[in-house]
Parts: sequence; C-alpha cells; structure tokens
Amino acid sequence: MLAFAMPTEFTRAQVEAIAELAHLELDHSEVEMFARQLGAILAYADQVQQVDTSGVPPTAYGVGPHSADRPDRVVPSLAIEDVLANAPDSERLRSGGGFFKVPRVIG
Amino acid sequence: MNTPATLAETRDAVVSGARSAVEICREALARIEAANPSLHAFHTVTAERALVRAAEIDGNRNAFRGAPLAGVPVGLKDNICTNGVRTTASSRILESFVPPYDATVVTRLHAAGAIIVGKTNCDEFAMGSSTENSAFGPSRNPWALDRIPGGSSGGSAVAVAAGMTPLSFGSETGGSIRQPAAMCGVFGLKPTYGRVSRYGLLAFGSSLDQIGPLTRTARDAAIALGVVAGADQADSTASHEAVADYAAALTGDVRGLRVGVPSRLLETGVDADILRAVNTAIEALRARGATIVDIELPHAKYAIPVYYLVATAEASSNLARYDGVRYGLRDRQNELDAMYSGTREKGFGAEVKRRIMLGTYVLSAGYYDAYYLKAQQVRTLILRDYAQAFERVDIVAMPTSPIPPFRIGERVSDPLQMYLADVFTVSANLAGLPAVSVPCGFTKRVAPNPAAAAAREGGLPIGLQLIGRAFDEATILRTADAYERDTEWWKQAPPIANR
Repeated sequence: MLAFAMPTEFTRAQVEAIAELAHLELDHSEVEMFARQLGAILAYADQVQQVDTSGVPPTAYGVGPHSADRPDRVVPSLAIEDVLANAPDSERLRSGGGFFKVPRVIG
Repeated sequence: MNTPATLAETRDAVVSGARSAVEICREALARIEAANPSLHAFHTVTAERALVRAAEIDGNRNAFRGAPLAGVPVGLKDNICTNGVRTTASSRILESFVPPYDATVVTRLHAAGAIIVGKTNCDEFAMGSSTENSAFGPSRNPWALDRIPGGSSGGSAVAVAAGMTPLSFGSETGGSIRQPAAMCGVFGLKPTYGRVSRYGLLAFGSSLDQIGPLTRTARDAAIALGVVAGADQADSTASHEAVADYAAALTGDVRGLRVGVPSRLLETGVDADILRAVNTAIEALRARGATIVDIELPHAKYAIPVYYLVATAEASSNLARYDGVRYGLRDRQNELDAMYSGTREKGFGAEVKRRIMLGTYVLSAGYYDAYYLKAQQVRTLILRDYAQAFERVDIVAMPTSPIPPFRIGERVSDPLQMYLADVFTVSANLAGLPAVSVPCGFTKRVAPNPAAAAAREGGLPIGLQLIGRAFDEATILRTADAYERDTEWWKQAPPIANR
C-alpha cells in the first residue's frame, strides 16, 4: 500500500503550480474553483486505493496492440501551403519550403 | 405520428430511383433549417457542397447502385476532420480551424455515397455528458427542450432523433455515443477499440477514443459500421481483424443466446423508471429464447475513478498541441511562454482546463504511481471481470444511463455529479469492448405535452445497453435488431420531428 496524503482541497499555490506545468494561466476565480473541485474529484478517484493490485500488471490499451508494421515507402503528404494555411503566423520560402513563426526566443 | 425514414429506406429509395439524392438532401437541409434554431444540433451546415454531391450521385446512378449509403445525408460530430470544412471540436481554440484533410471515416463515407450535410455540436473536445460544455452553446433534447440531449455527441443524437438526418457519427471516450443515443431515443454504437480508424478524430483519450454511428435502428448502424470499419495505414491502432457482414448477421434469432445481467451493480443509484424499462427489455429477450444469467462485475464500481484518472492523463498530453503555433487561436505575440499560456487560457473552456489540470497532476512526479499506474492496474481488473463474464455469457445487458436527461444548467456547477452519469458506459471503453444503446422505453414522469405523452407513455427516452466481446459487434447488433422486431420504441419520434 502506498503511503501518501490525499488533499481534500488544494491550496492556491498547488493549483498555480499545476497550471504552470500545463501552460494554463488561470484567473483568480478559476484558481479558487479548481482548488475546491480538483480536491473533491481526486478524493472520489482515491477509491482506487482500496483495490488490492499486488502483482496486477497495468493495462494501457483494452484491445491490442495490433501489428503496425508496414513497408517504409515514400507516399504523398499534405502540401506545405495547406498545412501553413491554418497557422496564426507563418512564412513561405522561395525555395518552396516554409515555417511557422513564433515570438523571438533568443534575444 | 410519422417515423422519419431510416438509412436503409433512404438508400433504397435512391438506388431504386424512387427518389433523387437531391430531393432527399433538400429535405434534410429543410428539416435542419426548421428545427436547428430551437435544437442547436448543427454548428455548420454544408448545404452547397451537399447539393453538389447529391447531384453527382443522381448523375451517376449506375456507379452508386451498389453503394451502401447512396444519397444518405449524414451529420458529423465537429471533432471529426473534414477537408475544407471548419472543424471546431466546439472550442474557441479551433473556432476558425479548417482541416486540410479528411478523417478516414469521412473518406470512406464519401466513397459509399453518403452526403455530408454538416458538423454537429458536442461538448468541447468531447469532454462532457450533456453538450453544455460546448463553447457555442448547448444542444437541446428534442423530447423536452429544457433538457440536455446527453453528451458529448449530443448534436449527433439530436440530428437523428429530430429527423434531420437518418445517420450521424459521434465519438466516444467514456460513453459519448451511447449516452446521448439513450437520452434522445435513438440507436448508438461504440465499436471495439481499433475497429474504426481514429485518423482525423481530434484526440482526447487515445487508448479510449473510438468513432461510431448514431441511427434509428440496429440495421442502419450495421450498414454504417460496415462502411467505416477496417484497417487503415494512417492509424496504427486500427485493427486488421476481418470486418464481418454486420447486416447479414441480423437474423432475428437469439435462441440460446446467454445474456449476462450484473444485477448487484444495478441495486443502487438507478432511476426506477429506467430499471423497470431495462428489466422489461431483458424479459423480451428471454421471451425470444435468450437465457438470462446473473453475473458479477466486482470492479465495475471503480470504472468512473479509473476513467477520470486515465482519460484526464491522456487528455493533458493530447491537448498540449494547442499552443497557438500551428493552428487555431493565438494570443499575445510578444513572448513565447506567455503566448502558450495566454492562448490556452483564452481558448479552452472550464471543463477542458479542469481535465488538463487533473491529468497534469496525476502524471506529475510523486503522484504517477499512486494515481495513473494504480488506475491502469485497476483497469486490468475491470478487463478481467469482463473476460470472466464472457466465459459464461455472450453479451452483457444493463441500462445505458442511470438517470434520464436532466435540465440544462442543473449539474454544471458540480462536475463530479456530471461524471457519474457515465457510470454504466465507461467500463466498455476501458476494456475496449463494443457496446450499443437501443431505445427501450420512456420515463413516466415528465410529460411536456400531454397529448403526445399519451401516445408514448409520457416522458423521456430510456436506452438499453448491450456490451459484447471484442470485435463481436455482430452479436450485439443481432440482439438489438431482434429486440426492435418485438418493440416499437425505435419508431417513436418527438413532436418537433413532425413539425
């Protein structure tokens, strides 16, 4: 049996730490709401701790896996202009290539 | 009362030349135009493209003579990618996303002669049980406009229930086809995991997601499954298992079929009208020659907690791709990290954030073993329960939903209560098993219209769920079809379908 403490309510700091990991920027009311709700949902989910799973392997997929082998052949893929069409910001190169543009990362 | 045409009737009329595909398509578009303002089944209606395609089919009748869906109008859940047609997953973050490719199911539907008439409303990224989590507003239950249609494929269920299209497609991660099918009084099929390609389905829980049809009858679902099922180079989890002739399996014969009923699981928490209707339906199967066997699914009570640990973990990974770089919304151009978090804050609704937060937490260092790994171990035990049951029985029968459709807004502030609506459906997703929901009655209580209520016993639709062995869709479809031959529930249509 794993020993660990189940929080019934999260602190604001905990919620903000999870949000940062998830790249979510929550507003004040969302932090309050999730502190309450995540604790309640996890307390419910904590029922799984009652089950004796010693020696039980984990299941990642209910059915399968299936053989995914296939010949390594070059087949047509999407046109670059079609792929870039949905991008908020992008640029085409005269060479025919192209790229997505994001804010400057290195000063 | 007028029962809207089935898929099979619609197709036969086109193939025989009794009706043109254009005429049928115009009729579907007119039904959508008339009823959609009050039901919000569709986000996007592709009238022009649909009519062009219908004219093509009429112009090449010989080429489509053997097409299983010739001229059949179909609605697609808005998380299934359509080339050149906006696909939003009911999320602000994809509000203007126009896929440059078709999902495999769309390619196959097209080749079978189906006519896509539009994209249906759903919970944002298919996360929900009521369609209330759509960023573009809820769909409404055609049997009671103040109630939810179920979810997350609510719009797809409404489209069929209201007679807009005889066929629609939804997707399931934890019951999102079966539950709205039950709540809207239509047929819903969640195929075996891997039976249908997921290529082009916006991913939520990759070990659980599966696309499936919503129809008026088991026969219609059998025809539709035959079209979309089978291996796909674009999805390595799409199985190479042979595709059966599902329609040919509908013999009406269930003599000797062993039906397992987990009666202990149903002792508490099931609405009395639902339990009565489901027990009556099981008696009807017995009367047709099936044997009813009491079974135990001792770990089924852990299905909801396991599901919300596994599905949220997978969702938090899958939804990491929505970062404002390659498609969809972008907020705050000035700095990269601020752009990611600003885009996601603005683009995602509350339920999606809640699940990303939960999933991130259960996968985070120090909690992985206690939650995610533990949940996957209990998932194994849920699988073993079914494996043991299927040594003694051929199918498992129980209610689809423990509760009838609730009022819009009634449960939004309590996510945990909302999750419990999936209590009987999620285990089939966790175990990867095929399952259907077939209409089996109405609740006695709520009668929105006394005159109409008298004709259909009053109230809200109830669904009987049948779960089968992996890749044995044929047996659950055969059982549901046999049940439909003895009952008229599937013929019921809400008043709005006849207006």
